[in-house]
Amino acid sequence: MTKEENQLEQLTEIREMMSRSSKFISLSGFSGIWVGSMALIGLAAIFYNYPNYFYLRYMYNNIAYPDYMMGGIELLGFLRFVIIDAALVLFFALFGAIAFTNNKSKKQGLSLWNDTAKRFLVSLMVPLIAGGAFILISMYHGLFGIAGPLTLIFYGLALFYAGRYSLIEIRYLGLLEIVLGLLAAIFVGYTAIFWGIGFGLLHIVYGVVMYFKYDRS
Amino acid sequence: MNNPISKLNKSFESRVRLGIMSILMVNESIDFKNLKEHLQVTDGNLASHLKALEKLDMILVKKQFIGRKPNTTYKVTDIGRQTFESHLKALEGLIRGK
Repeated sequence: MTKEENQLEQLTEIREMMSRSSKFISLSGFSGIWVGSMALIGLAAIFYNYPNYFYLRYMYNNIAYPDYMMGGIELLGFLRFVIIDAALVLFFALFGAIAFTNNKSKKQGLSLWNDTAKRFLVSLMVPLIAGGAFILISMYHGLFGIAGPLTLIFYGLALFYAGRYSLIEIRYLGLLEIVLGLLAAIFVGYTAIFWGIGFGLLHIVYGVVMYFKYDRS
Repeated sequence: MNNPISKLNKSFESRVRLGIMSILMVNESIDFKNLKEHLQVTDGNLASHLKALEKLDMILVKKQFIGRKPNTTYKVTDIGRQTFESHLKALEGLIRGK
């Protein structure tokens, strides 16, 4: 090896070490596909069980009120169904994402729970928890229609922020989620459709892109 | 006299030391375990290079306990940052000067 090649290699190695030690790079493409599919299945379950309430029905003067959505007992049943459905989706989505990511980090010779993973998760969780609490509070004040769009906006903000500690594509995904959330806030009765696009389709597209760009080798 | 190679710092000649410095440049501080994982070297090898860099005042070592477990974290010093940056510049200069 000549001297120049040696120096070039040193520089490349330095750059790689800087990025590898400061960014969480083990998030796998499969986890995106998995999470998106879970979201679509969860939405399909709501659509299948409550087709009439999927959209439009809870519109009244562009403001969504639970009272106009449906009557007391039926509303409770619907809300309970949605909450259980969402909890199941979250559980399976997280479980799969962690499993796929664990797989990838093993291949990279990294441990799943290292300093970069911690930094990424903490910066993800702060906007998410603040947003979640804010959404619960706005629902407490009766602002149900805005809760759906807000989930997309806060999720997007969290991704955009945490993306600094991961691959750049996470930041793009975050921006798209924010745009979708804003659109959903304008077309307030169609939240379910924007959820399908934001939590379902976008994750799947993201996963496929990541798979072809980084994982396939 | 004006040999560009003379600007390359002798303290960064090993691969491990270059690695340690690169990691510390982009992380505020890092502990032994994570450092070892990123560099994929043995404990003894890493420890001896860390000791050498510490002796040269390139890095700052902080020993503390988390619960009952000892935990050692490393930080780059101002001198270390400057020295490493000029080392990088010298490397780049050598390649571009070619």
